[in-house]
Amino acid sequence: MGYLEKIVKHVLEFTVNGEPVTVLVQPHEMLLAVLRDHLGLTGAKEGCGLGECGACTVLVDGVSVNSCLFPALEAEGALVTTIEGLMVDDGRLSPLQQAFVDHGAVQCGFCTPGMVMSAEALLAETPHPTEKQVRAGLAGNLCRCTGYNQIIEAVLAAGESSDSNPKPGNEPGKERP
Amino acid sequence: MKTFQYLRPASLAEALDLLARHGPAARLVAGGTDVMVDFKKNGLEADILVSLRRLTDLRYIREGNGQVHIGGLTTLRDLERSSLVARRIPGLADAARVMASVQIRNVATVAGNICNAAPSADTAPPLLAAGTQVRLVSPAGSRDIPLDQFFTGPRKTIRRPDEILTEFVVPIPSGPYSQAFWKHARRKAMDLAMVSVAVHLELEDDLVTCRQARIAHGVAAPTPIRTPEAEERLKGKKITPELLEGIGEASCEETLCRDSIRGQAWYREEIIRVMVRRMALRALERCRMGRPA
Ligand SMILES: Cc1cc2nc3c(=O)[nH]c(=O)nc-3n(C[C@H](O)[C@H](O)[C@H](O)COP(=O)(O)OP(=O)(O)OC[C@H]3O[C@@H](n4cnc5c(N)ncnc54)[C@H](O)[C@@H]3O)c2cc1C
Ligand code: FES
Ligand code: FES
Repeated sequence: MGYLEKIVKHVLEFTVNGEPVTVLVQPHEMLLAVLRDHLGLTGAKEGCGLGECGACTVLVDGVSVNSCLFPALEAEGALVTTIEGLMVDDGRLSPLQQAFVDHGAVQCGFCTPGMVMSAEALLAETPHPTEKQVRAGLAGNLCRCTGYNQIIEAVLAAGESSDSNPKPGNEPGKERP
Repeated sequence: MKTFQYLRPASLAEALDLLARHGPAARLVAGGTDVMVDFKKNGLEADILVSLRRLTDLRYIREGNGQVHIGGLTTLRDLERSSLVARRIPGLADAARVMASVQIRNVATVAGNICNAAPSADTAPPLLAAGTQVRLVSPAGSRDIPLDQFFTGPRKTIRRPDEILTEFVVPIPSGPYSQAFWKHARRKAMDLAMVSVAVHLELEDDLVTCRQARIAHGVAAPTPIRTPEAEERLKGKKITPELLEGIGEASCEETLCRDSIRGQAWYREEIIRVMVRRMALRALERCRMGRPA
């Protein structure tokens, strides 16, 4: 492989939180690095970098993924949502975010963006989840501070107060993330 | 950091062509949940990754000709949510529900799980127990292989480097049948199996006599395995808890459990003895209730 081939960068275009972006990325870069280092969206965190902790969770076309394992080039043309994109237009927190605040579900906050994004994906599919469904939905997100109960209460409360219907999600036959 | 070329073919033909052209320098990537971890931890041996993510027509679950057809690019999440899988391959539905996390299941594929060929691959025992065939496609044509001949060692399979696993074909028995799968792990989520047990039972119309059985295990040998002698001992017998005690023991004798950081051999064997019986009873109960899952 020649020198030029080794440093080759690709033009990647996708939409993040409603805004189209174009970035130059190397083939081995993950979506998390592109969000944080190229776009300055530092909400999603790098904990383990290996799919274990969920701190890097974002939505790609409405589906939650570990952005630390998600090759950036696979985001071509996708709609990516990060924690920065959840705020309501006038700068208020979303009802789910507010529920985290109200229930003391945030301590150091490192896990919070990932937790909220996993909860967001869960509530989009199951607007009124049971506690069991919340626990299963958040199983891929670790928190070393809260002991989880406050987080589960926050998500249950957000579920109770929501009046939304399930949104179409990650169905077979649809373009996969 | 070592980098690689990342190619995203738009069709199976194009993907096969890239594999053939680049030979051993190329490696397939589907959901990437094994490949990207390997890249980050060990620096990946391949120079070129050929991504299958755009081959969306290989993502399906459908029934036809007395079989369930599962496309290789089907995600674990698709399995978990499929009413067809719950009804026809309940052991596989059991497995999908206890694998990894939502985020991983959203991208991880069945072909990736099987081709990665870890002894702990959770879809392997239920697919083995269901009598699954895999379809391997190469530029030279395609071949169908029984899954029980697919694994040759830890992370080794009979797949040639120029082949892509495109489909799983799972036969639907004509008479009453059901299945159950147990993953034994320390945690309920985000943990690899210490050992696992899948049982598939086909019954005569009396719902007592066993017509055919298949029993498969994960992490009980260098590869996921079936235990054919134990299966044979069930055939034609009336299934009772007492008979099943012996079957658990027999199945255990066909395994090659060993000590590892996740658990000791004697403990794995103990779980197999007990869980073969319990999963057979669960399958029996599902069969009698007429609703597999
Ligand atoms: C945090 C975490 C938790 C996990 N938990 C579990 C668990 O509970 N149970 C479990 O079994 N596994 C688990 N895994 C492992 C992994 O997620 C699964 O094995 C997954 O199914 C792999 O699928 P993939 O599409 O991501 O594979 P990839 O990483 O894309 O590929 C895996 C291998 O298969 C090959 N391959 C992929 N598709 C094809 C194809 N169509 N034809 C031929 N070869 C192909 C690739 O070349 C590669 O060698 C976990 C992984 C992580 C990171
Ligand atoms: S940083 Fe992605 S899962 Fe831990
Ligand atoms: S609040 Fe600190 S890790 Fe969850």
